[in-house]
Amino acid sequence: MTEPYLPEICDFAVIGAGPAGMAAAATAASLGLSTVVLDEQPAPGGQIYRGITEAAAATRTVLGADYERGRELVDALAASGATYCPGSTVFDVSPAGEIAFLLDGQPRLLPARRILAATGGQERPFPIEGWTLPGVMTAGAAQILLKQADLVPSGKIVLAGTGPLLWLLAAQILGAGGTIALILDTTPKRNWLAALRHLPRFLASPYAVKGLSLLARVRRSVKVIFGVSHLRAVGEEQLRAVAYRTSGGETTIQADTLLLHQGVVPSLHLPDTLGCRIVWNEEQRAFQPEADCWGATCVDHVAVAGDGAGIGGAQAAALRGRLAAWDAAHRLGRINRPQRDRLAARDLAALERDLAARRFLDVLYEPLSRFRVPTGDTIVCRCEEVPADRIEALIAQGVLGPNQLKFFVRCGMGPCQGRLCGLTVTEMFAAARGISPAEIGYYRLRTPIKPVTVAEMASLPFGEQADKAVVRL
Amino acid sequence: MFRRFTNRPEQGVTITVDGREISAKATDSVAAAMFAAGITTCRTTVVDARARGPYCMMGVCFDCLVIVDGIGSRQGCMTRVRDGMVVESQKGRREIGR
Repeated sequence: MTEPYLPEICDFAVIGAGPAGMAAAATAASLGLSTVVLDEQPAPGGQIYRGITEAAAATRTVLGADYERGRELVDALAASGATYCPGSTVFDVSPAGEIAFLLDGQPRLLPARRILAATGGQERPFPIEGWTLPGVMTAGAAQILLKQADLVPSGKIVLAGTGPLLWLLAAQILGAGGTIALILDTTPKRNWLAALRHLPRFLASPYAVKGLSLLARVRRSVKVIFGVSHLRAVGEEQLRAVAYRTSGGETTIQADTLLLHQGVVPSLHLPDTLGCRIVWNEEQRAFQPEADCWGATCVDHVAVAGDGAGIGGAQAAALRGRLAAWDAAHRLGRINRPQRDRLAARDLAALERDLAARRFLDVLYEPLSRFRVPTGDTIVCRCEEVPADRIEALIAQGVLGPNQLKFFVRCGMGPCQGRLCGLTVTEMFAAARGISPAEIGYYRLRTPIKPVTVAEMASLPFGEQADKAVVRL
Repeated sequence: MFRRFTNRPEQGVTITVDGREISAKATDSVAAAMFAAGITTCRTTVVDARARGPYCMMGVCFDCLVIVDGIGSRQGCMTRVRDGMVVESQKGRREIGR
């Protein structure tokens, strides 16, 4: 890795240093593109390989062989000649491709000929009663603490929800010497029926063996309740207990920490800012930027890769990163089209196989509608503390959509900028009107997409765009 | 509650949180260091003054907002500890001027 010396303009700017970003940057740089990686974290890896360069041997043992794969990507990035800028928070990108970001508190501008948004995903909101209490966190949050800080939850731990990460985290907590009081599985039983037709392709993939052995390992030592249909976090200023309901009735269990998870969805703020068209993916029940197999979007100089382009996991992310890099090299004139297609053939086929295998997971782990469409006084917008019943009432009164809802209750207008309520609000509108979320649409997102002070913005160097904006012609 | 599962040396980073000295690893985020010290609440909310703690640990939820070295609304999960760092929990909205 070279020192972050930024060129005047780069060929290929990659935003995000997870598997997609690292693979893309290494590939692009190896093809001679001047490549810059801007990443918000202090070390490479994204969320999946978080802390990979700093993790202790004991931590790496707990996280297993899949985590170790991040090493290869980091090494390839380091050897590639791409400029890697950790601690770089991108907060805006102009239509001309000037990227505005903060590095060590200093605002900077980097013009790029082509931009790859590789900003990954986030956990799907899981709005249940009491989910705002201290002591309630996402499963991903606990995994990040495990990866980066060697922290394992202690006390009475309850995991609740659905999806592979829940089981992976459970295994990792056990591996780190932790104990889990209970796992509450909210996977609807009928999902199995729907998922069956995707089972053969799943069984043929490496995910099957891994997944089944993970499940077996966890179930050997942790009590699991299946078919959980209601969940409630109980406490005043701190989580005290978790109440859950199955067909057998309601039960309450004491808990110090509740870890929630119901899948991962693409992060939309950067692609949206870049002008990408955002579309609804019915199979994954999430919005994502519209893109072709190269990650190319409706914006000429912008591509997307990784989970930010649609959830596919770490392997697919790295493949998509490389595909986007080859396409970038083609578009910027380094290689011709047949060369691109030849280089990419194997990865394209691998990606198709990988995504086909994952369809089973998408269908099986589609969360129950009750956990996507909250009711009553359950908080929807955590920042502005807007409960579901207020939103329901406004929808019933004829509010046009998520954007107009902001005017009435500031839903989605707090510091997280709708990241933790956007999907929920869309799903609430869709459910109330009996139409697809595709027809409801998503929040209109606004820059800056990360917190930046007015002083920081004002000290940005003036670009051509800025001059044009204030000079009368 | 969380505990360290490795005995990696703490590398001597000390920060104060609401006046209390806590030790941390150099690679800890502020939020991770607080968890390691048994602190699960980092702020009260702007609207209803309810207790909140870090929720996502990856910069998405903004529930880990704290005051770091006198500057308010810093994301505790995205800010690395530094020796001598002064962290305060944030009560309600960010104060004007900090």
